[in-house]
Amino acid sequence: MTSTQPTDRFGAFGGRYVPETLIPALDQLEAEYAAAQQDESFRRELSTMLSTYVGRPSPLSDAPRLSERVGAQVFLKREDLNHTGAHKINNTVGQVLLARRMGKRRIIAETGAGQHGVATATVCARYGLQCVVYMGEEDMRRQALNVFRMRLMGAEVVPVRSGTRTLKDATTEAIRDWVTTVTDTHYIIGSVVGPAPYPRMVRDFQAIIGVEARAQVLERTGRLPRSVVACVGGGSNAMGVFHAFVPDADVELIGVEAAGEGLESDRHSASLTRGAPGVLHGALSYLLQDETGQVHPAHSISAGLDYPGVGPEHSFLKDSGRASYVAVRDDEAMEGFQLLSRLEGIIPALETAHAVAWVAREHARWTPDDVVLLCISGRGDKDVAQVMDMGILDT
Amino acid sequence: MASGSVTISSDRIAQRFAELRRANRRAFVPYVTAGHPDVARSVALLQGLESAGADVVEVGVPFSDPMADGAVIQASSQKALEQGVRFDQVLEIISRASLAIPVVLFSYLNPLLRGGADALQRAADAGAHGVLVIDLPLGADPEREAWFGDGPLAFIRLVAPTTPQERMRAIAKTGSGFVYLVSRLGVTGVRDELPPDLPETVARVRAATTLPLCVGFGISRPEQARAVGRLADGVVVGSAIVRAADESVEAAVSLATALRRGIDGE
Repeated sequence: MTSTQPTDRFGAFGGRYVPETLIPALDQLEAEYAAAQQDESFRRELSTMLSTYVGRPSPLSDAPRLSERVGAQVFLKREDLNHTGAHKINNTVGQVLLARRMGKRRIIAETGAGQHGVATATVCARYGLQCVVYMGEEDMRRQALNVFRMRLMGAEVVPVRSGTRTLKDATTEAIRDWVTTVTDTHYIIGSVVGPAPYPRMVRDFQAIIGVEARAQVLERTGRLPRSVVACVGGGSNAMGVFHAFVPDADVELIGVEAAGEGLESDRHSASLTRGAPGVLHGALSYLLQDETGQVHPAHSISAGLDYPGVGPEHSFLKDSGRASYVAVRDDEAMEGFQLLSRLEGIIPALETAHAVAWVAREHARWTPDDVVLLCISGRGDKDVAQVMDMGILDT
Repeated sequence: MASGSVTISSDRIAQRFAELRRANRRAFVPYVTAGHPDVARSVALLQGLESAGADVVEVGVPFSDPMADGAVIQASSQKALEQGVRFDQVLEIISRASLAIPVVLFSYLNPLLRGGADALQRAADAGAHGVLVIDLPLGADPEREAWFGDGPLAFIRLVAPTTPQERMRAIAKTGSGFVYLVSRLGVTGVRDELPPDLPETVARVRAATTLPLCVGFGISRPEQARAVGRLADGVVVGSAIVRAADESVEAAVSLATALRRGIDGE
């Protein structure tokens, strides 16, 4: 599908819109990644780390009570059971191994909800690398436990006080660090965003989600799912679970964005649903922006979806019609959060709760024979304090 | 007629450097963020910089996410945005300043893309002569690079200390007006020392192109400007001017006068 495209693009989207200073580092990363993919010892080390440290393969759980509620056979891909509690570590392990190959001993990362920061701090501790995580001050408040986890594992967490003090500004700040330290530092971007080769590389490291899930669903049901559903902020768990299914034309791929306080409210994070193509953080992709090209602040109840951009491959899948993107409000996500907890004994991350809520809301589209694969991208422990403070059980 | 105005607009920068070269002088190139501290003072500042002896002026287009800029320019950008300064207002400020010296737009890509297909022509009509796009390196987007390269403004391209020699040559070939050398790794901002490898980097750029060479990032004091002027054809000073402008237009103009003298070796 993309064979005639330049390798740094997904259709018209992607590219490398960065200061000149970073171009040689991106060239080096691209070359090193290509070499690593061909290198048997790299693949073996990655695979060993994924099985003995991350805990892969992650299980595919059936969800009998949710299935009954929805009226379809819902299966849950359990990325919440990975070490550190989310899919993020799949990518972090791969990129730390690459950084080691490149001889870079200092790692920087941005984080929103803190899941990517925790995953990065974790793998850096495992390999004895210096780790600096940029995090918006507002997110540090919302996710204080993850800040503590990162510090406990020896990472430095730098509060970002510019702009909206969330993931967008943490990413900008990480790029500023990288422009200054690029010769000895590797920047581990946590999603399928940023300049090439990041979107493709992060997708490849996350693609194991879909590869495993596709085989697991086939083994359990003897057929492919009718629908694959995942939440989308930057979009790494969604790209990870979608990728193996892209050639399966009969499988619908559905990304669930955060509609925040409503798509008409101006306070949401639905870049694909409501944005327009633009350039942010090194890539051309759908973007929340005003008519003069200034980035519009995003909003979501979940820090991990609170980002005005989205991975360029999602923009391509949207425009080509291969995937559909929908949006779920904060209050609906809260319902999804409780629904999965009560029906299946699984407390999902607030990000994941958006995908859960959409499946519950759209139940009428499926018949009892349909198989629905829902990616449980992370667990909700990090969100429990925030949700408790909202008093949802007080009535 | 249109092609006539194209030539005049983009050649003004080349003419300026040719004049300076004949006089054995170095260009003083201050940077200001358009609309900072406010629209009226921004116009006054541009005029004051011209009187203080600027040869070319860089005018920053405010952007919400300036990833190549340090705290000073980021804050000035934010301030300008809060006062409603967008691409159209930037052009209005340039037009109102009505300068005799060439004006170079310094911008991130997204506000220019959103300016529409005629954005560059409107900029030229307002009195801009060149454009520098911080997040559009060579090869990033051939179609949009061609839009800048074939447009009415000189397309100023950037090289960095990390740029390999062959790439420097390729970059310079696609640019016009002058080449902007980012003096160091990092974002814009005031630094105490010049990078020790600057002479070597300048020599590499010289070997790659005959275009005039301006050096920026981290230069704030007259003696630093003088040292850079010994190596390059022009000296760009940004954050120090913007920081002074936070205080007053007069403070920024008086710093500019001192920098001009420093470069001239007075």
